[in-house]
Amino acid sequence: MAKRKNDDDGLKTFSRRTVLIGGLQVVGLGILGGRLAYLQLVQGNRYKMLSDQNRINIRLIAPPRGLIVDRFGVPLALNVENFQVHIIREQARDMRASLEALRRFIFLEEHTIDSVIEQATKIPKFLPVKVKEELTWEEVATIEVNLPELPGLLIDKGETRTYPFGLTTSHLTGYVGAVSEDILKAEGEKQPVLSLPGFKIGKIGIEKQYDREMRGKAGAAEMEVNVVGREVRELSHKDPIPGDRITLTIDAELQRYAHEVLSKERSASAVVMDAHTGAVYAMASHPGYDPNLFSRGIPRNIWKSLQEDSSLPLMHKALVGQYPPGSTFKMLTAIAGLEHGIPAGRTVYCPGFYMMGKDKFHCWKPEGHGRVDVITALQKSCDTYFYTIANEMGIDAIAEVSRRFGLGEKYGFDLDDERPGIIPDRAWKYARFGERWHRGETVVNAIGQGYVLTTPLQLAVMTARLVNGGFAVKPWLTAQVGETVRGVESWPKIESARDEHLKLILTGMEKVVNEPGGTAFASRITEPGMEMGGKTGTAQVVRITKEQRRLRVKNEDLPWEQRHHALFVGYAPIHAPRYVCSVVVEHGVGGSRAAAPIAKELLIRAQSRDPASMTALYAQPEQGGAILPPAENETHEDMGVPERKSGLIIPGVKPKRKAGPQ
Amino acid sequence: MIRDSLFLSPEQSMIQRFLSLNWVLVILLCCVMAVGVIALYSAGGGDLNKWAGNHFVRFMFGLGIMMIIAMVDVKWWYRVAWPFYIGVFILLILVEIMGHIGMGAQRWINLGFIQLQPSELMKIAVIMCLARHFHGAGPEQTRRLTFLIVPAAIIIAPVGLVMLQPDLGTALMILMAGAGLVFIAGAPLWIFISGIAAVLTAIPIGWQLMHDYQRQRVLTFLDPESDPLGAGYHITQSKIALGSGGMYGKGFMQGTQSRLNFLPEKQTDFIFTLYAEEWGLVGGIALLVLFALIFIVCLRIALRCRHNFGRYLAAGLTINYSLHIYINIAMVMGLIPVVGVPLPMISHGGTAMLACLAGFGLIMSCHVYRHSKVTR
Repeated sequence: MAKRKNDDDGLKTFSRRTVLIGGLQVVGLGILGGRLAYLQLVQGNRYKMLSDQNRINIRLIAPPRGLIVDRFGVPLALNVENFQVHIIREQARDMRASLEALRRFIFLEEHTIDSVIEQATKIPKFLPVKVKEELTWEEVATIEVNLPELPGLLIDKGETRTYPFGLTTSHLTGYVGAVSEDILKAEGEKQPVLSLPGFKIGKIGIEKQYDREMRGKAGAAEMEVNVVGREVRELSHKDPIPGDRITLTIDAELQRYAHEVLSKERSASAVVMDAHTGAVYAMASHPGYDPNLFSRGIPRNIWKSLQEDSSLPLMHKALVGQYPPGSTFKMLTAIAGLEHGIPAGRTVYCPGFYMMGKDKFHCWKPEGHGRVDVITALQKSCDTYFYTIANEMGIDAIAEVSRRFGLGEKYGFDLDDERPGIIPDRAWKYARFGERWHRGETVVNAIGQGYVLTTPLQLAVMTARLVNGGFAVKPWLTAQVGETVRGVESWPKIESARDEHLKLILTGMEKVVNEPGGTAFASRITEPGMEMGGKTGTAQVVRITKEQRRLRVKNEDLPWEQRHHALFVGYAPIHAPRYVCSVVVEHGVGGSRAAAPIAKELLIRAQSRDPASMTALYAQPEQGGAILPPAENETHEDMGVPERKSGLIIPGVKPKRKAGPQ
Repeated sequence: MIRDSLFLSPEQSMIQRFLSLNWVLVILLCCVMAVGVIALYSAGGGDLNKWAGNHFVRFMFGLGIMMIIAMVDVKWWYRVAWPFYIGVFILLILVEIMGHIGMGAQRWINLGFIQLQPSELMKIAVIMCLARHFHGAGPEQTRRLTFLIVPAAIIIAPVGLVMLQPDLGTALMILMAGAGLVFIAGAPLWIFISGIAAVLTAIPIGWQLMHDYQRQRVLTFLDPESDPLGAGYHITQSKIALGSGGMYGKGFMQGTQSRLNFLPEKQTDFIFTLYAEEWGLVGGIALLVLFALIFIVCLRIALRCRHNFGRYLAAGLTINYSLHIYINIAMVMGLIPVVGVPLPMISHGGTAMLACLAGFGLIMSCHVYRHSKVTR
């Protein structure tokens, strides 16, 4: 009986505790259900977002950079597909073996192999590492054929910025280069495309000026990735928007020709410009450099030698070079005189020098020019005449006219580093040196020496304003950015400019070239209807010593650095001026012998090509293509741009075979 | 002859006994198995051969074993409790020794068709032995502390061995399931209360004795999310997967977290995460309800059993499985620290599946033979 009772007690305890356990189990499951509901309902959206962040990687697709083309659509900067060989660690059984095998087919340096292996081990094993780019077609073919022996290697295509005209357009196009840390820091947030490996941005020239426009918009592919980052599939795809095409006012052929003509000199620059619109047709500085070297990463030694070269190949002298204008300045002194009230018929006797008090100022011709008026003074470049009138009117009158005709100012030109030059007056000198102006300085500056400094571009602008009827043109280089047409067709008239004054000046400039006794008579253009007018200039670099004057030392016998700069400004045709041209030959001894012949060639070529009359400039190009004058065309798909076989010469670009394995 | 046969007892024929199996429990188990197959099919990326097929075959095999065990008279199980316990214990020692002999740390013995994990069997053996020990004991005995020495030994010996493997999760499971059974069997409450109190007082003392880096380790263990790229990575990813499932889930085979391998151990410990990511709250709650029903059915078997051995055995095994389920799911939800405990019947794993079904076979045997007279 007791045992029975005992058992019952035990059973009661058991039942009670079992029910308790069962209750606890159900409560436990309830807690789990509640937790699940909390995670999935209350926190669901947050976790959904986190899950998407986990699995979705945005892969940027680099946009093709906008082209730079000349006024006819001839490409000056384009993207050329180039073949690269990559290696994928995961697919190479032994990376070193694969790379050593590759070495049998293409040139690879030992340290390249090491650095490739090092790079590859730092990134996920399924990502490719570039081994070599710029493969020739033969190399590509060889690698393709031997791929079975080269596990892990693959051929891929990339784009290289290429400048078909090379150094001819180097100072205009500039070049692209890798994104610097600073820029990445400043803009990387808004422009993630900058951080793409191999992405290049404009470093100088038009490439820099319109970099943002040419960059385009990156496309993006939403890639689903797994936990180690391997792409599993593409969820969405947005194509990149190519960058804007930049159309320059430049005529590439004229530009190329300008370089060719200038390259006979050691260091020279020239500008050919439209007298009425200000559009720049050619703007060349010699020597140039090959921008293709820069866009591919320039070897250090070449960079160093470019920097150390005394003829400054990296400098765009037509824009940045500041030279005393020498006698090319005399037109402005003449106009200042006329405006000051010095009559047109005024004559001055030139005995070969000018005395101001005790100071003697030499004319360039020791024998003197005899009696000269303003026209003859210009024609023969008589210094004495300009000494005389300058002394009568003072420096401020000359400076004021100079500024009106475009000297001493920046135009907001489309390239960096534009220089203002110097047009001195009393206020300038006081501000600069804290000293009073001396009358002697007036006469020196009146013939474009002394403090006066001008750039070749300014000299072209000055000439344009003189020959276009006194309209204040400014130079411009960019005709079109994407779809937006730029440029100015009409300019305000310079208020003080009087037609009768300008006519006198033009007559003088006409005689400089076209009449015997004119300083540039030897460089006259004889083709009817193409005749040019102009003015020579010879700018002293170092003072001519009395000793040299007495011994009649020829300037060309001095060391190069001490020789005079040779200048010429010209325009053509004389009766309806359209093209103006300025030429500066550094240390070219004399304007008539060094600069005028160059201007002659340029103006002949400019008139025969007559870019101003051609309307191709504003035609809308089709996407990716370029407008070219009609010719028997062979389209090369790998260039992305049709290219002419004859007629226009595009240096540096040889026809390429069709891409891809065959 | 007849009395000694395993299956036949004079009262019931084979067919009667087969029909008297608890079919509600069988159907519930099949439902859970189906969930497991679906989840593993998805975990395998749609490859039946990877996990799901294997799982199904094992389940069917296990189901057969379960029914055989269920139809064996519970008296026989009473008799083999000790031999079984000792056999499994020897296996455990064997595994331990093999691990030392240079096969590396391992927890299983390869039998060719299955990799036998003795620790899984140990969970059952411990409960069988405890049930047997308490079977003949009345409340007075149970309340005597000396009577609890044997149960303590039954529990502590295998726990110690499993800890050596080292497999903290399994060791804790054995300990907790064993303690649960001792509680149900009527051991005085003060033992449990004072045990818990002792642990609670030991914590601050131990904390004081620890070095900073040890404390840091404990903290990371308790709150893995404080170290999201290290220890907390798995649990964080698991929570992301669960949470992103939302109300209705991402759909079958659409679980991005698991398919893209953000989820660790998705076919074993984290299978619930995969399932709930794809089937959402609706699917998750459905599975929890299935589990709840299984517990209720099993505890009902325990309560309706007419002999102590059956009561303790059924209730003990139920506690064991409910603890597994609770700890596994709480772990993947980030409620408790990560311990390697699989989800019974759903996680991929041979021994666990077979041991689990064998356990349910024992529970069912307690159902079929609830009227059996088990004598000491």
